Amino acid sequence: MTPVVRSVVRGLGLPILASLFAIVIGAIVVASIGFNPVTVYGSLLFGAFGNLFSIGATLSGAVPLILIGLGIAIAFKAGLFNIGAEGQYWVGAIASVWVGYHFNSLPGWLHISLALVAGMLAGAVWGGVIPGLAKAYVGAHEVITTMMMSYIGILLAQYMIEEPHAPMRQPGYIPESPMISSHAQLPFLPIKAFVQSQLSIGIFIAFIAAVVVWFLLQKTTFGFQIRTVGYNQRAAKYAGVHVAWYTILALGISGLFAGLAGGVQMLGVAHQLNDSFASQYGYTAIVVALLARNNPFGCIIAGIFFAALSTGGQTMQQVSGVPASLTNVLTGLVVFFVAAEQLIPEIRAWVRRNGKGRKAAGIQEGGKIA
Amino acid sequence: MSVLLNPQLWAGTLSLATPLALPAIGGTFSERTGVVNIAMEGIMLIGAFFAVSFSYWTGSPWLGLLAAMTAGALIAWVFAWAAIRLASNQVVLGMAVNIFAAGITAFLLNTIFGYNGTPPSTASLATITIPAIKSVPILGWFFYQQSVLVYLMLVLVVVSHWFLFHTRLGLRMRAVGENPLAADTLGLNVWRLRYTGVIIGGVLSALGGAYLSIGILNSFDVNMTNGRGYIALAAMIFGKWTPFGSFGAALLFGFASSLSNSLQGNAIPTDLIAMLPYVLTVLALTGIIGRSVAPAADGIPYKLDR
Repeated sequence: MTPVVRSVVRGLGLPILASLFAIVIGAIVVASIGFNPVTVYGSLLFGAFGNLFSIGATLSGAVPLILIGLGIAIAFKAGLFNIGAEGQYWVGAIASVWVGYHFNSLPGWLHISLALVAGMLAGAVWGGVIPGLAKAYVGAHEVITTMMMSYIGILLAQYMIEEPHAPMRQPGYIPESPMISSHAQLPFLPIKAFVQSQLSIGIFIAFIAAVVVWFLLQKTTFGFQIRTVGYNQRAAKYAGVHVAWYTILALGISGLFAGLAGGVQMLGVAHQLNDSFASQYGYTAIVVALLARNNPFGCIIAGIFFAALSTGGQTMQQVSGVPASLTNVLTGLVVFFVAAEQLIPEIRAWVRRNGKGRKAAGIQEGGKIA
Repeated sequence: MSVLLNPQLWAGTLSLATPLALPAIGGTFSERTGVVNIAMEGIMLIGAFFAVSFSYWTGSPWLGLLAAMTAGALIAWVFAWAAIRLASNQVVLGMAVNIFAAGITAFLLNTIFGYNGTPPSTASLATITIPAIKSVPILGWFFYQQSVLVYLMLVLVVVSHWFLFHTRLGLRMRAVGENPLAADTLGLNVWRLRYTGVIIGGVLSALGGAYLSIGILNSFDVNMTNGRGYIALAAMIFGKWTPFGSFGAALLFGFASSLSNSLQGNAIPTDLIAMLPYVLTVLALTGIIGRSVAPAADGIPYKLDR
């Protein structure tokens, strides 16, 4: 194996092993309550990819996960943990929707761009400026500040529509904002099944964003400096990198992508701010970045994987009767095994120790494994 | 002003503070020994679920409480093993526990009890009104018909403070969270002390969850903790990683939500009041109000040379 192939295999190994472990444990759980794991996983797979409609639903669900995941990956590259993307997503959604139902005299492309930029800026301020400044200048840990800011952001979005006279609520009994004007909505892909499953051109925005992030991180000085700060902050400072500035920038760009995800979701799918606060894309996206090991193209695959679990889970529940919450159990296990990366070397060491014990006891080693 | 003279406001304050104070103090134990714990939310859910299940199966809410504590200790032990033995990223692990717990409790609820939820015949813990303080003006309002767990929580606040700051084991646990290398050099068992901290934290968080399911109610609902584990995290930080501080912060946050319950339909939107814990915590972390500083070795795995 060439070094490149080896590094790719090593990079893929952990996420694939972690997912396999989770799937096997899930199968044991399913079998122990009296279901056939093959049928259950089959219905999950069919629900996620079985026909054009379900493929559309899966890809549509992957859009916010990929976009937010990319942002979180950038923060991880700089050694920072942006755990508050959910709130950044919602403030981005607020800003994009607000622009989306104002300025209706603008041409469509300009209106869309303006709405998305507004969402990106809102997300960047929420994730970057406040936690970034706090981290860079008073050393407040970004895990806690982004998390706290996140809850403030989610509550802000709820406040915008929930009370009878809330700032963005349109008159009526349902807590929702006005619809954004039709020419500011992202068009659906022109295939009937994709229109039904609400797959908008947002999926291409997500793909382009992955390429942009890859280019930014791998091919620019800026990306190099972000990675330097992530590898070794002291060395970066010694080499003349303005660490505080890059901390703020990395968290800001991270929030920018979460805000963009909020904007794309609002312009492409929801078309208004409504009570969809249970979606929790911001949390799942952390798992996406972790499983992708911060590789931008990995984020696409991991985003589709988790969107598939979510759309397939619904079908699984209807067809096989196993509760859809099984997919959360699987996600939790995947995260656990990704975090516990020392587990495999530990097991290997344990096997080696026991193997030696067996040899000493005069037991023959079986066939293939020398 | 008349709102402040409403006895329910004060009973509600103490009642709502309890499921925040218990996991907040639990988190304090964990983080004081150097293990970052954001898994309170998940452990609370597990505690809440097992409390109801065993209360229903055995007919005794006390055995339910015991089951909750056992389950909390077990999941905390797995968390501790991965965090300490495998030196995994503690924040990621905490997330894993939270996602897993949300999934497994919903999954077990549906597979064991079906889609109609836990049986209404489940027994809940007793409530107590102490006759002697019932008629004392303000104190009586606070303690009107509170669950036994509220009283237990108050005892635990004092005991935890005494344990962490006035016993040898408490001092050792704190030492391990500040400078594990020095503690190790002096012959302390860093890993065992950290396991102790995390598992005590798990038991207390599970108690907080049990309070929700068999303290104020007698049922379990999917995701019934509703983010309280994260507010408890805020209370722990705002309380500067001390039991009394955590309790004080929990009381303040409990007061805020109780006030917004009493004011419902009135002047201040509930969503804005609900922001208070998070806003105060950001302000405390940035040094605008007080200054919260974490234990020095919090979140850093300690590797033994073996």
